[in-house]
Amino acid sequence: MTIVSVTLMINGEERTTEIRYADILLTVLREKFGLTGSKPGCLNGDCGACTVHVNGKPMKSCLMLAIEAVGEDITTIEGLKGTPIQQAFIQHFAFQCGYCTPGFIMNCQALIQAYPDAGDKVIKEWLESNICRCTSYEEIEAAVKSVLRSEA
Amino acid sequence: MIPFDFDYFNPETVQEAYHLYHSLTEAGREPVYFSGGTEIITLGRIHQLYTDAVIDLKGIPECRTAQLDDEHLYLGAALPLTAVEEARLFPLLMKNVKEIADHTAREKVTLGGNICGNIFYREAVLPFLLSDSSFVIAGKDGLKVQSIHDVFEEHIQLAPGEFLVQTITEKNFLTAPHVNIKRKRQWDTGYPVVTVAAAIVGRRLRIGISGLCPFPFRSYEVEAALNEPALSPEQKAELAISHMPAPILNDSEASAEYRLFVLKNTLTDILVAFEGMGRR
Ligand code: FES
Ligand code: FES
Repeated sequence: MTIVSVTLMINGEERTTEIRYADILLTVLREKFGLTGSKPGCLNGDCGACTVHVNGKPMKSCLMLAIEAVGEDITTIEGLKGTPIQQAFIQHFAFQCGYCTPGFIMNCQALIQAYPDAGDKVIKEWLESNICRCTSYEEIEAAVKSVLRSEA
Repeated sequence: MIPFDFDYFNPETVQEAYHLYHSLTEAGREPVYFSGGTEIITLGRIHQLYTDAVIDLKGIPECRTAQLDDEHLYLGAALPLTAVEEARLFPLLMKNVKEIADHTAREKVTLGGNICGNIFYREAVLPFLLSDSSFVIAGKDGLKVQSIHDVFEEHIQLAPGEFLVQTITEKNFLTAPHVNIKRKRQWDTGYPVVTVAAAIVGRRLRIGISGLCPFPFRSYEVEAALNEPALSPEQKAELAISHMPAPILNDSEASAEYRLFVLKNTLTDILVAFEGMGRR
């Protein structure tokens, strides 16, 4: 087994660890760095619970090898602090069990950054990438719209 | 977790990638090319794919190009599908890739990965089939340019170690009237029952179909039926259905009969829409 030492830029900090080339980014974030906010769900790219940002864009961290993330700028839910979308999720009670919440918030935040004036079609297109088994969809939609409409 | 180990290589040139593949093969290894890697990661996890050496193509500049000159559009095979959408250079392809997977996954799935993958749903190839595009392929003599019709027959036909570098599409085709229709069973997400891409070139309708058979295709018999001048849209669609290749997929997403039923209605809708645009 080949083990290599890599340095990743995560939440603005350089973090070094040892990985297998076959390790996915999600596992490395959780098990090597203790960043357990990104959740394992399907591990198949379907549910979005593992969503992080890579260079500001949403990325399912179960679909990326950790080695591919070298040289890229990674943000996890732990790196978001006091953003309007986090506040809006609380205000709109946009969760029940909360398992999907970090992934939804990361995707919503990427959307808000990329398209501050996103209309319904773009919102739907982006948010279809995440699944909430507690079906908090209406509240999540209200939360993201409250941020988009107030910034627009 | 991927239950086996592999080495990872990150070549910067086409030649380096091709030579790596061959030296690894000669050493008894089982290399695979990787661009978005979504199929390798997801199938590897469930033991449906094995490799001991991954050659990542996305560091090769030719594989990441998105460039339009006076006559042609060049798109790199390692472009993520979202980059294809955002480049806004090929309207039919933009609409087509927007229907693949979901937005976040499309940040990772690449154009070449979809065209060369193993899943049935490789619909990104349809706009290239309709436009008679060419593929740039890396092989033992360097780069070669081949008509898509010579290298894509159900699957991309590549010799061991060859890989897709770029697509080349004539600029004239980019503005052709077109539609891309993806019919799903019930929800907005999930695999399609059938996807149809259509374009009008020189007053003739061209059609590409994915999701009906275990492979995407463009069929000249089907197109001849759809362009039969004496028939009504329903009759053309009926005749076209009788020329579909075999086998028709029959699975939990949809039965073969249902797929054909949906396809016939979709073809009729397309014919009516184009006639409404004053084609005839
Ligand atoms: S765990 Fe990554 S998409 Fe479900
Ligand atoms: S709040 Fe439970 S999965 Fe979304």
